[in-house]
Amino acid sequence: MDIALACAICFVGGCVAGLIGVGGGIVFVPAMTAVLSKGQVEAESTSLLMIALVSVVGTWRQVGYGNVNLKDAAVIGLLSPVGVLAGVLIANAVPERALKLGFALLALYMAWRLLKRVFTNEPPKAAPEAAADGS
Amino acid sequence: MESRRIWGLAAVGTLAGAFSGLFGVGGGTVIVPMLIALYGYGERLATGTSLAAIILIALLAAGMQGGLYGNVDLSTGLILVGPAILGVVAGTAIQQRIPEKTVSFIFALLLIGVAIEMVVT
Repeated sequence: MDIALACAICFVGGCVAGLIGVGGGIVFVPAMTAVLSKGQVEAESTSLLMIALVSVVGTWRQVGYGNVNLKDAAVIGLLSPVGVLAGVLIANAVPERALKLGFALLALYMAWRLLKRVFTNEPPKAAPEAAADGS
Repeated sequence: MESRRIWGLAAVGTLAGAFSGLFGVGGGTVIVPMLIALYGYGERLATGTSLAAIILIALLAAGMQGGLYGNVDLSTGLILVGPAILGVVAGTAIQQRIPEKTVSFIFALLLIGVAIEMVVT
C-alpha cells in the first residue's frame, strides 16, 4: 500500500518536473522519507538517480516539441559541477543563516520578475535561437 | 555563440550548482527563472533547456552518491521512476496546452514558497 502511494506521489512529481522544468526532487524526496520511511540522505541520493532518468525522458519530449536549446543546456550543465564545488567552499566560509537569507532574497527577486512578466504582459526581451536541433 | 552569452550561461550553471550543493534545491529552481527573467527565454524553452541541463547535473551527483558513498537505493529508485517518467510525459504534454505565462505564475509561487522555507527553517 505504501509503495502504491509513493508511486502515485512520484507520478505527480514527474508531472511537476515536466510542467515547470525542475527535476522533481522536491516531490520525490518526501515520497521516500514520509511514505517509505527512508533516511534523508538515502532519499536525496536515490532521488538524484530518478531526476536524471526523468530529465532524460522530459528532455526527449521537449526536443520533440522544439523546446530545447541543447548548446545552452550543455554550457549550463557542464559548468554546474564547478558551482557545486564553490557551494561547498562557500558553505564552510559563510554562516548558514546568511546563505539562506541570501537565497531567499534571490528567489523573491526572481518571483517578482516572473510575476511582473505575467501581469504586465512583458514579452521576451530577445528570443534566443531556440530549437530542437540545438542551434 | 558569443563569449558574453557563454559567460552569462556559465554563471547560471555555476549558481545553479552552488545552490544545489548548498541547499539541495534542484538546479531547475535557479535555471528556469534566470533563463526567463535574464535571458528572455519563453517559458517552454526555459523549462525544456533546464531539463536537458539537469541530466548532466543529476547524473554526476547520483554517480558520486551511488558510486562513492553507496547511498542510492537502486531497487526503490527503479520502482518509483516508472510512474515518475509517466508523469513527466504527461507534464510536458500538459505544458504545451496551457498558456506559457501560467508556467511563470506557478514558478513564482514555487519560488515564494522556497523563500519562506529558507527564512523559517
